[in-house]
Amino acid sequence: MNIIVCIKQVPSTTKVEVDPVTGVLKRDGIKSKMNPYDLFALEQAFLLRERYGGTVAALSMGPNQARDVLYEALYMGADSAVLASDRRFAGADVLATGYTLSQCVRKMGEYDLIICGKQTTDGDTAQVGPEMAELLGIPHACNVLSVDGFSEGTLTVKANMDHSVYTVKMKAPCLITMEKDVNTPRLPSYLRRKKRGDAEISVWGMEDLPDQDESHYGLTGSPTQVERIFPPEVTEDRECFSGSGEELAARLYSLLREKKRI
Amino acid sequence: MARIEVSQQKVTPDIAERLVSACPFGAMVVNEKGLSIEAGCRMCRLCLKADKDGVLTLVEDKPAATVDTSAWRGIAVLAECVGDAIHPVTLELLGKAQEMAVPTQTPVYVVVMGWKISAAVSNLRYYGADRIYVYESKSLEYFEPLRFTECVADLVRKIKPSVIMAGATSMGRSLAPRIAARFGTGITADCTGLGLRENGDLVQTRPAFGGNIMAQIVTPRTRPQLCTVRYRVFDAAQERKEPTAEVEHMQVPAGLEDLGACVADALAKPKELDISDAEVIVAVGRGVKDEAGLQLVRQLADKLGAQLACTRPMVENGWFDPRRQIGLSGRTVKPKLIITVGVSGAVQFAAGMNQSEFIISINKDPHASIFSISHVGLVGDLYEVLPLFMKRVEREGLVR
Repeated sequence: MNIIVCIKQVPSTTKVEVDPVTGVLKRDGIKSKMNPYDLFALEQAFLLRERYGGTVAALSMGPNQARDVLYEALYMGADSAVLASDRRFAGADVLATGYTLSQCVRKMGEYDLIICGKQTTDGDTAQVGPEMAELLGIPHACNVLSVDGFSEGTLTVKANMDHSVYTVKMKAPCLITMEKDVNTPRLPSYLRRKKRGDAEISVWGMEDLPDQDESHYGLTGSPTQVERIFPPEVTEDRECFSGSGEELAARLYSLLREKKRI
Repeated sequence: MARIEVSQQKVTPDIAERLVSACPFGAMVVNEKGLSIEAGCRMCRLCLKADKDGVLTLVEDKPAATVDTSAWRGIAVLAECVGDAIHPVTLELLGKAQEMAVPTQTPVYVVVMGWKISAAVSNLRYYGADRIYVYESKSLEYFEPLRFTECVADLVRKIKPSVIMAGATSMGRSLAPRIAARFGTGITADCTGLGLRENGDLVQTRPAFGGNIMAQIVTPRTRPQLCTVRYRVFDAAQERKEPTAEVEHMQVPAGLEDLGACVADALAKPKELDISDAEVIVAVGRGVKDEAGLQLVRQLADKLGAQLACTRPMVENGWFDPRRQIGLSGRTVKPKLIITVGVSGAVQFAAGMNQSEFIISINKDPHASIFSISHVGLVGDLYEVLPLFMKRVEREGLVR
């Protein structure tokens, strides 16, 4: 079973502020890490490789620094890693991101399964997986709790829906997004790191992909446009009280009384 | 392709330093080629704003794909059925769709897909839509993305809706992006604000960049424009006395069973604890540091008959069940009253609760961002305030 796992580098902190006067993002050295949801996707891939054999390839898109998360995937046990990195991919929205990744998948060759994390912690949209599946013309299932079997080219999974748990059967190749906390992701291994210290990461730009039309990538290939960014609305008529504990407790009491909650 | 170009001869170390620090994504760097823009660039164009010396130029080529947007009209709401009942998010989408539709007299449609859904359909007629399109077939009994995409794609080709709205439910989050990819168009997830321009552009607002920032997003060149909205963000449509919507039964596309995927079995989940239905919530953040603090908060919740909820770190450290988490990666709540205790108010959390009717916040830090979205902020130590509050409740009695 040949598996491709999509991973993303995200900021370690979620605290980004915008200056209300200039509208400029305030940044003080944002650190990065692997999107935590992707760890469950990687672990699922390794478990399937143990059960069915085959290979696990990690795929990411981002700036050069995103190599870090691919190295992490390699040290966890991935067999190979691909980074899509090109200035022309910059400013990509969901469609252009899904498109670039699907182009990489086409170049990567034969595969049975693509596994993505449930969502990312920076975008929180959970959309790139299903879009990739559509662009590759393969079935998908979201929020997968477990992979129950793979036989005669059919994958059986349990998918977490709002009100029920579905048992879904899909013809391979197909794509799944993994629910969080469904397994215990292994740690990167020091031995593997020592052995693969100079492991090759393939870095692909647009010239390396099957589709060479610039207008399908990055900002130009993105149908959505961010018109402006602004700080969140501030609640009007708000009050703030400071004082001794006694005063605040009294304030809380009278307030809840007023609201008829006590 | 839009890109930013650097005129190297104009760059001085001062200018370079300013531009490098203006980039929130670290994509502007000084290397052997001089001042360069790397692949981390998200084309946010903030560097252009910071550039007072004409070092940078924005080069814009003609966009590739453009559709005749005037040929697309109407707002289509993708309904979600739970058995033969309608998911309440559908009614909320309908409420917002009608509100947006009024100024431009845009028609509002509902698309219902499923099996044995006639009760849901006749019920939906009372919620103000102009037309309901029904795809009913045994092969649509369970939600399967490929099959449902086929049906929506069929409708898109037939009626050309300008906007498609879906709930940000398990179904909507799986279906809507597939439709967007099929038509090569834009989708915006978890919108917290929506408006319709006269030219048909949908103005979508959502928290962005994983930070305390809102983004206003449009899809100007392609149609349909897709968006998802979480449950309990907008107000539900009012039920009318008379049905308004005409019902049209559509021919279900052939061959849905042969697309390579099927739901073999669906097991109903036991009714779970659901904080999104709570009327009163006490939300706990990292300011609560130990069991004693938790005990205080539990007492408060008990006294108010409130559900306990929490921020993401409280789930990550194992103190709370993930189902109690409020925020972008947890639940969205809209209670009548929410009291946050020791919550700093990250935007992801705020996005999950800022529609609450009344927000009271207790936090030691007077600069905590939670105060900017609270109706009443109490700047104080919870370990001091809560015991005193409980004492007072004991003394003066509980009149609930």
